[in-house]
Amino acid sequence: MDFLLNEEERMMQEMAKNFAEKEVKPVAAKLDETGEFPVELVKKMGELGLMGVNIPEEYGGAALSYVCYAIAIEEIARYCGSTSVIMSVNNSLVCAPLVKFGTEDQKREFLTPLASGKKLGCFGLTEPNAGSDAGGIQTTAVKDGDQYILNGSKIFITNATHADTALIFASTDRSLKHKGISCFIVEKGTPGFSVGKVEHKLGINASGTAELVLQDVRIPASNLLGKEGEGFKIAMYTLDCGRIGIAAQAVGIARGAYEEALKFAKERVQFGKAIAEFQAIQWMLADMATEIDAARLLTRRAAFLKDAGQPFTKESAMSKVYSSEVAMRVTTKAIQIHGGYGYSKEYPVERFFRDAKITEIYEGTSEIQRLVIASNILR
Amino acid sequence: MRFVGLIKQIYDPAEIKPSTQGPDLKLDGVPKILNPFDEFVIEECLQWKEKLGGEVVIITMGDDNAQEVLRTALAMGVDQVYHIMDLAFKGCDTLVTAEALARAIEKIGGADLIVAGKLALGGDTAHIGPQVAAFLDIPLISYVSKVKELSDSDKKIVAERLLEGGKEIVSASLPCLITVVKDINKPRYPSLIGLRKAAKVPIPVFSKADLGMGDIVINEAMVKVSPPPPRQAGEILTGSTEETISKLIENLFSQKVF
Repeated sequence: MDFLLNEEERMMQEMAKNFAEKEVKPVAAKLDETGEFPVELVKKMGELGLMGVNIPEEYGGAALSYVCYAIAIEEIARYCGSTSVIMSVNNSLVCAPLVKFGTEDQKREFLTPLASGKKLGCFGLTEPNAGSDAGGIQTTAVKDGDQYILNGSKIFITNATHADTALIFASTDRSLKHKGISCFIVEKGTPGFSVGKVEHKLGINASGTAELVLQDVRIPASNLLGKEGEGFKIAMYTLDCGRIGIAAQAVGIARGAYEEALKFAKERVQFGKAIAEFQAIQWMLADMATEIDAARLLTRRAAFLKDAGQPFTKESAMSKVYSSEVAMRVTTKAIQIHGGYGYSKEYPVERFFRDAKITEIYEGTSEIQRLVIASNILR
Repeated sequence: MRFVGLIKQIYDPAEIKPSTQGPDLKLDGVPKILNPFDEFVIEECLQWKEKLGGEVVIITMGDDNAQEVLRTALAMGVDQVYHIMDLAFKGCDTLVTAEALARAIEKIGGADLIVAGKLALGGDTAHIGPQVAAFLDIPLISYVSKVKELSDSDKKIVAERLLEGGKEIVSASLPCLITVVKDINKPRYPSLIGLRKAAKVPIPVFSKADLGMGDIVINEAMVKVSPPPPRQAGEILTGSTEETISKLIENLFSQKVF
């Protein structure tokens, strides 16, 4: 067992850390305040390979491991939850299923620009009446000659405002419930396909979360990803991978808040000494550091198993539920250590706190993760 | 043209805890980084190669771990790297290091422009660039903030160098060594594809014998390292506005601030 990063992973970490400190940290607070999608930042990330970290090189990716991917997400999330989820969605919710289920033509046409950062992707699964119950989606796709006609709407879609390519899950046979779901590649600009209501949220304000509306959207039949009826399988596989990214994001958010709290505790003087000298603060810091470490180890194990071609569904769910709940606990304590300053927007910990909450919800709520874990350990 | 960059891996100064117990710093577990000035070295070489053609070669001296900074340079796009490593160099002073670097440059066939950082954080000696230039017997332009002209046909460089209170434009013949200051350029980030490929490239190593160096004589030794003295408490001036202003001016002059 080796807990040390290898040379490739260390170099990756150094590069992502350096990039995050110089490019992400200076703009993070502004992105949160304005809710503006970080177009330029995402472009730079694409040029460096961060939008297709573990996608094969022949399709525009950097062909690094999933462990490298988790490391990169953590470094970005350490400063900005929004930017890290934009990256995570493109990598693991859009590029990854195209690699696994796409035809050669689909990979050339859609995957290559997405993985190389020339285009941005989004993942359209959630609907007003289909959240955790993904099988209940009502968007429909009807075959008409060599085309499909899609109708319906998707909500809470990260990257929606700026995405060029969307994976849209729609029912091709409602009678078959989840077995009648199929996945389609829909491009921006297709007549009838539009961005609807833009969400105003608690956190991750710059992630371009919006509704996607499909009104008689005609797409070529060749844009079907996988086979008809495979959509649910594609979604579940994709979310297994995606959860590792969200777990890494949660670790990064927790780490960002912890580092701020540690710094503040050493500087803030009360009763004639730095508050870090009080045991009450020390115990909070000790718990925060321990939990972040545990969350990171769970996350890297899940990524390692995926890289090794081993089953990782349970471990991915464990890493996501644990890391996201650690992010909530750590960011809460970070505010507590800051006292009144922590509640103020002058300090970044309130942003980390707001950004952390979503990690317990998206790409499968904590309750769904526990369901996944339980179904694996009980079978 | 051939551009040779000299770079160094250093302990991250932000992570070093000074020890008052003798000459050694407590360095266990301290992460190592590329000397911050050396990112500019690599970028300057790459930019001039992109303008004038040729190749960029990067050389470092250090232990096994030092290969990491060479791999970063490869990932940024340099053509070739060399690693000087030999146990005989352990604990050597800057003169030995400079000689080894100069010998390595000669061994690979010389260079048209050699670029080094103005100094390496930690040692802060700023010895290496000038000493390498002296060993090679070529012109040195230190503290360069901008290379204004570089001509292969005229074998000439014109550079702007920073002085304490201004700037100086200097020209020299090639080959020449320049040391560069921060912000001479905006270093690019290594791409992920570059990192992955660089991680697997075998790196040529030069030993003391390869460089044809004889016995190592170390003329300089670190006797003690100590943290800077703690800052003294500030003085609060009291009295009327006129009194405090005149006292302030008096203090500023007496402490030679002006």
